[in-house]
Amino acid sequence: MTGATSALNGNISGEWYLALAAVLFAIGAFGLLIRRNVLVMFMCVELMLNAANLTFVTFANMLHDIGGQVLVFFVLVVAAAEVVVGLGIVVAIFRRRANATADDFHLMKG
Amino acid sequence: MAVVMHGVLLAATAAATATGHASLVDWGTFVVAAAIVLSGAIGVVVARNPVHSALMLVMTLFGIAVLFVLQRDDFLAAVQVIVYAGAIVVLFLFVIMFLGVDREENIAAEPLRGQRPLAVALVALGVTGLLLLGEVSKWTTGALSVAGSTDSSTSNVAQLGTSVYTTYLFPFEVTSALLVIAVVGAVALARRPPAVVTAPDLDLDDGLVDESAPATDDAHQEVTP
Repeated sequence: MTGATSALNGNISGEWYLALAAVLFAIGAFGLLIRRNVLVMFMCVELMLNAANLTFVTFANMLHDIGGQVLVFFVLVVAAAEVVVGLGIVVAIFRRRANATADDFHLMKG
Repeated sequence: MAVVMHGVLLAATAAATATGHASLVDWGTFVVAAAIVLSGAIGVVVARNPVHSALMLVMTLFGIAVLFVLQRDDFLAAVQVIVYAGAIVVLFLFVIMFLGVDREENIAAEPLRGQRPLAVALVALGVTGLLLLGEVSKWTTGALSVAGSTDSSTSNVAQLGTSVYTTYLFPFEVTSALLVIAVVGAVALARRPPAVVTAPDLDLDDGLVDESAPATDDAHQEVTP
């Protein structure tokens, strides 16, 4: 990391942020794979999205490019829309059959 | 809260620029925020109660916001707190309470055999591959300022706004269409199917109640809104 780059990163080199984002993404992916509650699985997706956001912001500061921050802006919007529609689907499914976990979601299988 | 953090960070920046090295305050902030982020994320995964998971998620999102401020990204930090912690997590909590699924889940039971070791192996493989790639290959070309630079002469909000309304104007407009579609989709999903409401009257025989069925339907239609 050059001096100019690290100066814009709050004097902490960007690799630390990237490593943290990788670990956060791994935790989110692990949670998505092992949990059965649909709402918790959604939260794990949010964790992964946040790891991606952190990576975008870090690269934006490493490369002095505002595009990364704009992308985070769009990711936030898409995440909000995704949560709204996803939770709507969850509510619709729970209305049909309470007590459902991800294992029971085979309603579209004929 | 963000104002306080910003003040602390400004002091840290002043100290750092005076010495020219990463200051202790910078590192301290980073370490504390990283610990908050990671412990919150682990809490989301291992908490048995969905409400606890949601609260742990707030903790993680707040830590991420601190890391954004640490990288001079004030606007996104504010948006992160407002949109994520303020709206999305509240929506999660609302749905959890609405559905009444805030009971404990037995995590120790493993529904699919061998799934957890497989998940650990898969995630470990992915992270190892990522770190290896980061070590052996160059991911960035070093080309600077494609969409506009992040120089510190103007404020972060001004830079972001200029970029969104010039370079990224079309994606920004498409975003509005996406939001409208999401709202319409959510309303369509949340509506109760009307057949369920008028079921007792229509249950007898389709041929015989053909006359009276529309009347009851209309009566219900007037009441429900």
